[in-house]
Amino acid sequence: MKILVCVSKTPDTTSKVAFTDGNTKFDEAGVQWIINPYDEWYSLVRAIELKERDASIAIHLVTVGGADTEPIIRKALALGGDEAIRVNSDSTDSYYIAAQIAEIARQGGYDLIFTGKETLDYNGSSIGGMVAELVDAPYISLATKFDLEGTTATVTREIEGGEEVAEVTLPAVVSCQKGVAEQRIPNMRGIMAARTKPLKVVEPVAADALTTVIGFELPPAKAGVKLVDAENVEELVRLLHEEAKAI
Amino acid sequence: MSVLIFIDHADGHVKKSSLEVLTYGAKVAAQLGTTAEGLLLGTVTEDLAALGKYGVSKIHQVANEALNHLDTQVYAAAIAEAVTATGATVLVFSHTPTGKAVAARVSAKLKAGLVTGACALPDTSNGFVVKKGVFSGKAFANVSIQTPVKIISLNPNSYMTVAGEGTATVAPLAVAVGAAKVKVTAVNKVSGDVPLTEADIVVSGGRGLKGPENWGILLDLAKSLGAATACSRPVGDAHWRPHHEHVGQTGVQVAPNLYIAVGISGAIQHLAGVNRSKIIVVINKDPEAPFFKAADYGIVGDAFEVLPKLTEAIKKMKASA
Repeated sequence: MKILVCVSKTPDTTSKVAFTDGNTKFDEAGVQWIINPYDEWYSLVRAIELKERDASIAIHLVTVGGADTEPIIRKALALGGDEAIRVNSDSTDSYYIAAQIAEIARQGGYDLIFTGKETLDYNGSSIGGMVAELVDAPYISLATKFDLEGTTATVTREIEGGEEVAEVTLPAVVSCQKGVAEQRIPNMRGIMAARTKPLKVVEPVAADALTTVIGFELPPAKAGVKLVDAENVEELVRLLHEEAKAI
Repeated sequence: MSVLIFIDHADGHVKKSSLEVLTYGAKVAAQLGTTAEGLLLGTVTEDLAALGKYGVSKIHQVANEALNHLDTQVYAAAIAEAVTATGATVLVFSHTPTGKAVAARVSAKLKAGLVTGACALPDTSNGFVVKKGVFSGKAFANVSIQTPVKIISLNPNSYMTVAGEGTATVAPLAVAVGAAKVKVTAVNKVSGDVPLTEADIVVSGGRGLKGPENWGILLDLAKSLGAATACSRPVGDAHWRPHHEHVGQTGVQVAPNLYIAVGISGAIQHLAGVNRSKIIVVINKDPEAPFFKAADYGIVGDAFEVLPKLTEAIKKMKASA
């Protein structure tokens, strides 16, 4: 069995969000890059757990990005991926990125493709569905639990106001979120082993970009908090009712 | 040329989030000088013609019961065929679990550019530019769609649902419905409560409440407001509250009209899940809690004293209103 785990680099959750070049570029100065937590904590760790149960499973990682994504790929390999593929391209269009991953998926003949439910930067939630369409596989999104028995996957997924359990026969694409697995920290043995694990760099295939980011905006600053005395909660109720019209 | 709006439903009823996108889609159509139409896959018990009051002239329904369960492959094929059959040039989804599962597939199938998490009407003055939240609500991006068919997935609670007058014609639509490969074996709805992502008001508790046994005062407050309840990550991780109540970066992201945070310090990861809320109220005994910086209203005080008083004051206000 072969599992392909899609990983993306994102700014650390505590990074300051600012833009340069007339608000057209994310300001990378001082930004700490991490593996997108949904890719790492949930999909990659779940793949590793499956491999711990069945050593015949191979875990391949794929990322679409420039050479600066290599530190996070090495970290993903240190956690437990077997080998990695980097498609050498910087793009912000989901369809273009999905087309690259779909190409890797077709060549590798994977049984299971994991993505995170979204990335922390563009919050697209699109790659999994697009890859699934491009390789014509079933897609289950927003998984909170994932189990495998032979070639049947049982997945609990989020729906509005609850969750549902769904079964699918592999191959399939699944997007993962909290609940699927718990965060792990790479150990020294993993870090040493990751240095020599294969990391293949391939050039992108031709694909169209369907969208372009033309600029960014920061939200307007809050006017500042209006403090109400703890002894005067009626005043808060009045403000919420009359001023904010929220209740 | 028309705007086609995907209408989602569960248990025989059209979802609240779909009423919002109907209103939004009708406005997009008006902006483009065209008509807005709805698309519903499956069967419902309510009268679809009444959805005309949200501004759609026609509802296309593929009344096949097999479509009452979501299989993204089957849905995407049916929706793509409907787009072609109706000649729609804009397709609108709500960015809910169903929208997230399906919109991207349809985008890849039709090679139609998609913007997810949209938060405003598109700017059609020069091209087609959609504003969306990025960096978990810390910024917005303006994204241009270049393809002939455009797909927008609208963040819930970002456009005001408006019901006016009007009746829609309901027309059956014949599209191919494939065999589902995903089999749904169980559905677990959180019964009785207001679903978190649909709630107008959310009352959320953090470690400041000290233990699960103290949640009564928070539940009372939520009840007085008809609010959904939520919690911070440490509370969910400690199993004081069910994990589906965890709001934040890695939990549920909410955008209610009013978010009341009790005993939550306001770590950046928590703010990422709530910063699209219209009004934020923070109750915390630590005046230095970072959450106050993101709040509209605040009370520095002990939750155990403030909450019961606040609940009483709200009840009094509601009784006199």
